[in-house]
Amino acid sequence: MTRHEKLSMAQALNRALRDALSDDPTVVVFGEDVGPLGGVFRVTDGLTAEFGEDRCFDTPLAESGIVGVAVGMAMNGMRPVVEMQFDAFAYPAFEQIVSHVAKMRNRTRGRVALPMVIRIPYAGGIGGVEHHCDSSEAYYAHTPGLHVVAPSTPADAYAMLREAIASPDPVVFLEPKKLYWSKEEVELGPRPPAIGRAVVRREGTDATLIAYGPSVPVALEAAEVADREGRSLQVVDLRSIVPFDDETVCAAVRSTGRAVVVAEASGFASVSSEIVARVTERCFHSLAAPIRRVTGFDIPYPPPKYEHLHLPGVDRVLDAVDDLQWEDS
Amino acid sequence: MTGDADHLLPSDTPVTLIDAHGHPVADAGRALPDDAALRRALASLITARRLNDQAYALVRQGRLAVYPSSHGQEACQIAAAQVLDEGDWLFPTYRDTAAVVERGVDPVEALTLLKGDWHCGWDPYEHRVAPHATPLATQLPHAVGVAHAARLRGEPTVVMALCGDGGTSEGDFHEALNFAAVLKAPVVFLIQNNEYAISVPLARQTAAPSLAHKGVGYGLPGERVDGNDVAALLSVLGNAVIRARAGEGPQLIEAHTYRMQAHTNADDATRYRAAADVEAWTGRDPIVRLSAYLSIDETAFRAEAERVAEHVRDGLNRDIEPDPAQLFASVYSSPTPQLREQAAQLADELDREVAAR
Ligand SMILES: Cc1ncc(C[n+]2csc(CCOP(=O)(O)OP(=O)(O)O)c2C)c(N)n1
Ligand SMILES: [Mg+2]
Repeated sequence: MTRHEKLSMAQALNRALRDALSDDPTVVVFGEDVGPLGGVFRVTDGLTAEFGEDRCFDTPLAESGIVGVAVGMAMNGMRPVVEMQFDAFAYPAFEQIVSHVAKMRNRTRGRVALPMVIRIPYAGGIGGVEHHCDSSEAYYAHTPGLHVVAPSTPADAYAMLREAIASPDPVVFLEPKKLYWSKEEVELGPRPPAIGRAVVRREGTDATLIAYGPSVPVALEAAEVADREGRSLQVVDLRSIVPFDDETVCAAVRSTGRAVVVAEASGFASVSSEIVARVTERCFHSLAAPIRRVTGFDIPYPPPKYEHLHLPGVDRVLDAVDDLQWEDS
Repeated sequence: MTGDADHLLPSDTPVTLIDAHGHPVADAGRALPDDAALRRALASLITARRLNDQAYALVRQGRLAVYPSSHGQEACQIAAAQVLDEGDWLFPTYRDTAAVVERGVDPVEALTLLKGDWHCGWDPYEHRVAPHATPLATQLPHAVGVAHAARLRGEPTVVMALCGDGGTSEGDFHEALNFAAVLKAPVVFLIQNNEYAISVPLARQTAAPSLAHKGVGYGLPGERVDGNDVAALLSVLGNAVIRARAGEGPQLIEAHTYRMQAHTNADDATRYRAAADVEAWTGRDPIVRLSAYLSIDETAFRAEAERVAEHVRDGLNRDIEPDPAQLFASVYSSPTPQLREQAAQLADELDREVAAR
């Protein structure tokens, strides 16, 4: 039986953790302030009260320790789901993530799997001060061995976190902070897989906007505005950065012949560069114009008073669309 | 290797020179700082408290993006700054605004980043105050490096490195202590143990007898001090600075204090601690006890505190006019061609926006 409930993304994630803890006794949740406080974004709210300290607990304040201990627990039959408090505070764990989480399976010829999830509240748009708004996906996506995903809707957040926890591979689960409070009807039953599968969020015929995580609502809004101005934009939500869904993305771009990638992260050596490269390699003859990117600038994430200048916004996306060498212009 | 670790161990209870009622502690085994030093400390404590309250009010009015209050911890921060010479260095955390200001940084500059600007606000070389560090404990190895460089350059510099109780769990804390001890670097590590790391109480952070005990494993002497007794802090920290300057190496000092307010304005402390626990600490307030000891009416110092509060209000009530070009100016010694292009793109966008209005 499938149930539906109207949930915010934070509530949907909380629900996914709760359902996973109920369904699978090997699932454990830990990190900084995830116990009685329920996490600084309340994603783990109530879990310690409901499942006890062994299943959801506060750790000492040490990210390398949190991820390293999770590796050991995963080696010994558990499914740890750990929280890094903010994107930039995951960096002390970088060594563990890159050298061990990502490589254990390969180093042991597939004998030792690490079914663990590293949840990271991620990216900007919330007026945060320094170190609280990094778009760190490129570091993880560049590291072979990690799945890297970023939901853009509460429904996907629920389904993808359930899927990530059940996955035999380690998953870096990026939660767009600015979308924590967005709400929609969420289907709580089993759903088709989303990891490794992009989805067309809006049909359109003139050009394709490719986005993921926090940039998806921006792309959708741009498509809405473009529609009023007589241009039909398709929007593809990647959902999964690794594995990358070449098939869906390329089919979408071939159908319109033009594309713009929208991402909050700095553009240089980024996930958006990778998208442009792969799609160009595969769809060159279907393209009427070079693929454009609208990204953050190549600067440290700016503070609250400046972030509107940095973040890709509707106007910048539409400027890029205007630049796609239209025959009629 | 020396077999004897006893000289590295902290005392069983924190050093206190003036108790919570303002009475001098008998047989404390240390001299009290003279009254002139204590009066100077009291003046700064009162100004620091006023600064905290002002900053909190400005957060509520939306003038600061965030403020981690040091209300109740002023004694630690004022003493940490006052025991330093002009040529010494301070490495603060986000919670140490009072220490930064006591070093001589203009309070408006000290609050610049928390207000929502893109830089730390002050010139670190001017007052020898490093930009405050938010990633926990990451400033501690830097402090060791500054101290080691000073030694290599033959400078008499001592470095005061600040850290919270939660921060002692991070790897960088341990690496910094070890480096400092091995290099015999002139660093004083001061942990402000305010019993909480956001919602996590100290008992979940460590199983050690005290945080000061963490020194022994690295060969650093540890000491514990009452963090609400500025006299004890001036004495213990002052000694540590003298020893470090004399080439006797680093020390680890744990000050026992309490975070009287929520972690920041964004935190709701009622979710994880009882009002009665906080109440219990109001009787140990650093200002109340020192003014009782000195039999001084605090109002004598109010005028200066109000002057600082007004300066902060004036400075922060002014809107920042964001200057977009600045975002690109200091990323490298000179902007890359790509950054120049991006800065020009943004300027052009903004020009067009103005033209369209
Ligand atoms: C590496 C890192 N991880 C997590 C955080 C998020 N965070 C900010 S303050 C804080 C608690 C720190 O507690 P403590 O060291 O006791 O200092 P206090 O805030 O009590 O002064 C946490 C977890 C951070 N700033 N840096
Ligand atoms: Mg603390």
